[in-house]
Amino acid sequence: MKFGVVRFPGSNCDQDAYYVLRDVLNVPVEYIWHADTDVRSFDCIVLPGGFSYGDYLRTGAIARFAPVMDALRAHAERGKFLIGICNGFQVLCEAHLLPGALVRNVGLKFICRQVHLRVENAATPWTTDARTERPLRIPIAHGEGCYVADADTLAELHAGSRILFRYCDAEGHPTTDSNPNGSVENIAGIANASFNVLGMMPHPERASERLLGSDDGRGIFASVIKRIARS
Amino acid sequence: MALVKVYITLKPTLLDAQGRVVQNALASMGYDGVKQVRVGKYLEMHVDGEGDTLRKQVTEMCDKLLANPVIENYRFEVGE
Repeated sequence: MKFGVVRFPGSNCDQDAYYVLRDVLNVPVEYIWHADTDVRSFDCIVLPGGFSYGDYLRTGAIARFAPVMDALRAHAERGKFLIGICNGFQVLCEAHLLPGALVRNVGLKFICRQVHLRVENAATPWTTDARTERPLRIPIAHGEGCYVADADTLAELHAGSRILFRYCDAEGHPTTDSNPNGSVENIAGIANASFNVLGMMPHPERASERLLGSDDGRGIFASVIKRIARS
Repeated sequence: MALVKVYITLKPTLLDAQGRVVQNALASMGYDGVKQVRVGKYLEMHVDGEGDTLRKQVTEMCDKLLANPVIENYRFEVGE
């Protein structure tokens, strides 16, 4: 089993993801440079948070054309696992590996704080080990995390149970007040049709140790590790 | 060499949070006749080429990179 963490110029959560995988979850992990073109040895690849290429033009727009992206597309097509966190989610949407787009937060502010997330589908490779009896506490840190999608896309996401996480209050209700950024239907994370690609705005790698206030994010990595170990 | 002017705007169905704040600021300055503001992007590009070949190339640039068709519309003008 081997994990990879992609580094674009401007990635800044790459070390956090690497640390959590290596030191908290004890799985082999290597960095993948944005100019690399061969990722065949990896079982699961993390597109980390940050501001790839300065987020110029649109978030993720330039990263989408990085040399590594063709290899990541092939990786996803082979059914291997790929998770985009925050800026990584924005890159996956720009690359059309996930539908929809992420636009400026409704309140226009960059928001960095803990939020509650409801696990909407606990039967995916990413969520079997995620806690479901009460909402997950995982931080967000973004200025452009407002998920938008047209009605057809939303219908497809619903039909396939592909909405994995919703922003909610402490009791698990996805209310307007608990929606930090104006995302349609409080959507915080979605998967592709075959569930091997996940995009989410909250940062599970920042919530993987009790010492940091919450280890609710660890279950997401633990789920996919278990899945890879089984295959 | 042609001067290409590209105008990118958020789709009308999307809420433009930035535009709304600008509108509120204008209203607070007394310009309460401003009913809506939409903030977009404007690009000037100096490009070799002309005619249909150039237009086709710019359309491609817009579709692939300059605009995100999921959230944005674009139009462009080709001048001297």
